[in-house]
Amino acid sequence: MLKQFFNWVSNPAILFSIFIVVFFFIFPPGEKMYRLHRRLKLDKLWTPVGGIVFFSLLAIFFLWGITDENFRLIVFKPDNIPITALLFLVPFFLWYSMKQARDNDLRAEKGEPPHEALDNEKVLVWPDLVYVEFICLILSMALMIVWSLFLKAPLEEPANPTVSPNPSKAPWYFLGLQEMLVYYDPWLAGVVLPTLIIVGLVAIPYMDINAGGQGFYSFRPRMKSISIFLFGFVVMWIFLILVGTFLRGPNWNFFGPFEFWDVNKREVLNNVNLSEYVYIFLLRTGLPKNILVRELFGILLILGYFAIVPGLLAQTVFKRLFQRLGVVRYSFFIVLLLMGLALPIKMYTRWLFNLKYIVSIPEYFLNV
Amino acid sequence: MADTETRSAGRGGSARGGGARGGRGGSNGSKGPNVLQQLAESQVIKSIFRTGIPRSRRQRMMGVLNNVFLHLHPVRLPKHAVKVKYTWCMGGLSFFIFLVLTITGILLMFYYRPTVEAAYGDIIDIGSQVPLGIMREIHRWGAHLMVITVWLHMFRVFMTGSYKPPREFNWAIGVLLLTLTMFLSYTGYLLPWDQLAIWAVTVGANMARAAPFLGHEGPGASLLSIGDVNFVHAGADAKFALLGGRFLGEATLLRFYVLHCIGVPFIVMILMIVHFWRIRKDGGISGPT
Repeated sequence: MLKQFFNWVSNPAILFSIFIVVFFFIFPPGEKMYRLHRRLKLDKLWTPVGGIVFFSLLAIFFLWGITDENFRLIVFKPDNIPITALLFLVPFFLWYSMKQARDNDLRAEKGEPPHEALDNEKVLVWPDLVYVEFICLILSMALMIVWSLFLKAPLEEPANPTVSPNPSKAPWYFLGLQEMLVYYDPWLAGVVLPTLIIVGLVAIPYMDINAGGQGFYSFRPRMKSISIFLFGFVVMWIFLILVGTFLRGPNWNFFGPFEFWDVNKREVLNNVNLSEYVYIFLLRTGLPKNILVRELFGILLILGYFAIVPGLLAQTVFKRLFQRLGVVRYSFFIVLLLMGLALPIKMYTRWLFNLKYIVSIPEYFLNV
Repeated sequence: MADTETRSAGRGGSARGGGARGGRGGSNGSKGPNVLQQLAESQVIKSIFRTGIPRSRRQRMMGVLNNVFLHLHPVRLPKHAVKVKYTWCMGGLSFFIFLVLTITGILLMFYYRPTVEAAYGDIIDIGSQVPLGIMREIHRWGAHLMVITVWLHMFRVFMTGSYKPPREFNWAIGVLLLTLTMFLSYTGYLLPWDQLAIWAVTVGANMARAAPFLGHEGPGASLLSIGDVNFVHAGADAKFALLGGRFLGEATLLRFYVLHCIGVPFIVMILMIVHFWRIRKDGGISGPT
């Protein structure tokens, strides 16, 4: 049945894989991929027709979805309304910006300046800007009032520290972080990674030294940076929020969009640490007593990931980038990139090998 | 410079305000030089808005310059910058929603007491007893909306490459504002003191417990000790600092209330001042050079 198919597809492992593959075709990070992207005519997605087709499909799926009781239950939960809105708003603004970017890219190919450059005639703030602001203000105020009139702010039973709801979820904008808790311990998912997100965002202008494409929408002159940014924003932030909100039920188990949130759903948790893989399954000696010996392989793996991989990449794939950025910028860039990629890597090792921790030192709360 | 539109035709009596009386603006005025206009020329109005009715180009410019609120803006700006197509108006909307939240928040503070006994009941009363009882709704939905508009604003700024020099620092301020917006929303989440509130906050607080070095269940915390004395333990760590106690309780509610109503908005306002100031100082809104 169709609903079962969607339930199956929504499994994070499958959905995420589809997203990753499709993403780099739609937002190619390099010239080769870009040519493929153009040859496959994927850029037509950023035309009005492409937009209408895409949003019609999204709307049809949604309208069809809400005929299902379980789907309705999570989508129309009052506090989930913003995320349901996000489901449409983010794709819309993505489309809107990429449409203008495509138009400008096509103009650039013909040697014309971007659209924005044509409007360089100066206008007065009063009235040209003030009335635009005024209209936006009225509309948003109207939206807030109507929203508030028709939808009561959620209020559950009085706080009771002895009864914890299942699932107990953070506010929706933190659900991406909570979803990371599946793959990383709180010290990483809740503290280190969010800090690095902030640091990484702040560092963007200092790492992206490509001076082109400033002050107008464009894609081609900034392919790499846009591709990386959107991968972080759309796939690893918005997508994880959607998963955390709509697809995680009791016990943080996965539930398809048309699946009943069964509290008694059992999921096998047979995750295994790397040290156990090595010493128990491979060497058949049992775990050594000494912590450092036990975790040696995991520690070497992580050290290698951060000490050797950057150098290797600088010699190969990122050779030109390394030369352009210089040592300091490149170091920042690569460490942040590798930290970002650590999440999908951990996801896949979990899905494919049931790997729990690469380094597991619960004695010092140090699990990676 | 292509901005000399020479629209300054009606400069005639600009200093005295509204030169061509009735001629241009009075198309709907059937009786006399209409009351509104006379009002606009009165001493009271003129004492407030010194430039008079903004008809001429000069008056419109002076109107923006002489108004403390409007002069956040430059007097003139490139045409592409006023288009919703380019800016999506998201930055402005974020600021506007912040103001709406401030006003509704102040109104809510009249009725809400941040104590474990009173909080939940006050929230119910705000919805059922207080006239115009949708203040909490506007506040809550507005808060969600602001998170969305701030994200989309960042998204727009990225997609137009507006973070590039000379605007790097302002982008950094913006990232801080984005983070604080979410922290504001998070601290506000606790105040209704219902099941949703305390458990959502618990999820976050448990992460503080695991902070490296600073949380008592975080890696490295056990290293911060002299002999047997631990500096970081359940009674002195990041979670304790956030909750004001080992567990979520009265002290947490007060702490979050103060942070939500005064502490964080104070920092946000300072950063917003810097943010807006720097837009102007970094050359106004971005555009193709």
